[in-house]
Order: sequence, then structure tokens, then C-alpha cells
Amino acid sequence: MTGISLGIGAWGLVTGVAMVKAGLGVPLSIAMSLLVFAGSAQLAALPLIAHGAPLWVIWATALCVNLRFIIFSAGWRPYFAPLPRRQRLWITYFMADLNYVAFMRRFPKPAAMSDQLPFLWGGVAMNWTAWQAMSLVGIVLADVIPTRWGLGFAGSLALVGITGTLLVDRGTWIAAVVAACAAFAAFALPFHLNIVVAIAAAIAIGVLVDHFTPPATPAHSGSDA
Amino acid sequence: MPAWQILVAIVGLAAITVLTRGFFVIPEREVPIPAWLREALRYAPLAALVAVLLPEIAMTDDHLIATWRDARIYATATGVLVFCTTRHLLGTILAGTAVLLALRLGLGW
Repeated sequence: MTGISLGIGAWGLVTGVAMVKAGLGVPLSIAMSLLVFAGSAQLAALPLIAHGAPLWVIWATALCVNLRFIIFSAGWRPYFAPLPRRQRLWITYFMADLNYVAFMRRFPKPAAMSDQLPFLWGGVAMNWTAWQAMSLVGIVLADVIPTRWGLGFAGSLALVGITGTLLVDRGTWIAAVVAACAAFAAFALPFHLNIVVAIAAAIAIGVLVDHFTPPATPAHSGSDA
Repeated sequence: MPAWQILVAIVGLAAITVLTRGFFVIPEREVPIPAWLREALRYAPLAALVAVLLPEIAMTDDHLIATWRDARIYATATGVLVFCTTRHLLGTILAGTAVLLALRLGLGW
């Protein structure tokens, strides 16, 4: 978990700098770091906030970036469903990606056991502290670093890597290319609506690819199937 | 955007964090996951990232980059290369940022 904390810390540093560079100022940046605690959603929301996009576009974008958590939460459920609801609500705020990965590696069997909570809280403590501490350092240092250096671009590079992890098969590649084309083609739309257009186009083509991918049997000529 | 509006945005984003992370954990009773949602979920985050990311890399003032002397091109290429060879997120960020800084500060691109 130490190596992971190092990576999370760097990621937090970048996000801290990016928040201030997007024009949030120190108090709002600290508030965002503590309250939102979701790096990729924060980074995706920042350009939208900087350009004055409507609130619903900002929230819709963050929701889309966070959709993976909904999948994760289905994975979390068997372990934590027996806990009281108040405790479950509290835990969910802390359940970041890396906690999920570490937890599922340690407890592959989906059943509640007594040593799961201490394991989770230990990982959460490291992850949350590393993130918030380095995010704070980034917020403080952001004004020392000239804007001309373009360090906010480190956030974009992080998104390059995250996008790479999501490109796992033909369907996701095709969806990504379609999303890219749609994002550029619809760029003239106001309020960054091109993002919504790109998501809709990518889902449509992705689902089509899923449904019409021919089975891996020998191909037959003719398309009248 | 005025500060109070940014604060509203932040509070909403915090709610989104808790709601998405706890989506299937918070309800008392078992919630079935519809098949169409599962399919759409596979592509939505990816599309959102690509749509936010690409204009940021390839556009200046709402226009496509028209020059080769833009540090972002080489920083991104470096990041992609490092990621493809190592699958390492931190390395991708550090290598790309190093190239960006070298070109920005060294050549003024």
C-alpha cells in the first residue's frame, strides 16, 4: 500500500495545483479536496467550472466519470450490507478505486467477515491521508509555480493514463474513437454539450458493437444474416 | 463563475461522490442491476474522459493546434508511449510533465 500511496500522493498534488490554476482560489480548492475526494471527477469538472459551464453539465460530467463507482458498489454490497445504514453511508465516501482493488485482492470471497472492516479502514486511512496531504501541498504551491509552465497539463496526462486502462477490447476502442470524433465535431455547441453528445454516441456504438459482434465461428460470405 | 456558485457545484460533486460510491451499498434491500445499464456503464466513463481530454490536448482558444511547436503534442506522445510500455500511471504523468517543462522552459513552445 506504500507504493500505492506514493502514486495517490502525486495524483493529489497534481489535482491540488490544477484546482488553484482553474481559478478556484485556496479556500474553495481546500473545500473541493475535502468534500469531493474524487480525483478524476475533480479534474474533469475543473475546465467546466473555469469556463463557467452550467451546474447541471458539471454534475452530469462528474457523474459520468464516477459511473465506475456504481459498478464497484455492486461489488462492495455483499461485504457491507449487514452493517447499519449510517455506517454504510460513512464508509462509501472513503471507498476510492485503490481501496476497492486492494480489498478485493485480500477478500476475494464475497461474504462478510470480522477482519474486513479493520483492513478497509487501514487502507482508507493511508489513501485518504496521502491524497489530502499532497493535494494541500499542491494548493499551497500552485501560486509559487508560474502558470506559463502549464503544470495543469499533468492532470490531462493522468487522464491519458486512466483512459488507457479503460481501453480493454475492440468495443471500448471503437467507442473511444467515436467519442473523440463526436467531441470535436460537436465542439461548437455551447456549455460543453459536446461531452454529452460524445457520451451518447459512444454508448450507442458500444452497445451496437456488443450486440452485433459476430460469434467467433468461421466467417461466411454474404451479409443477409 | 461567482464563488457561491462554485461552492454549490462542489457540494453537488460531493453528493455525487457518495451517491455513486454507495449506489448499491446504501439501499436496505437488494437492488437488481438492469442489463442495459451494465452495458452503458462500460462505455460512458471512457467517452466522458476522451471528450474532456482531447480538446484540452489538441485545441488552443477553441481551434485545433496549427503548429508543431506546441509542447502539449510531445508531452502527450511521451505519456502515451510510457503508458503503453509500462502501464504505469505515475510514470506516465512524470515523463509527460518532464517533456512539457523541458520544451516550455527550454524552447519556449
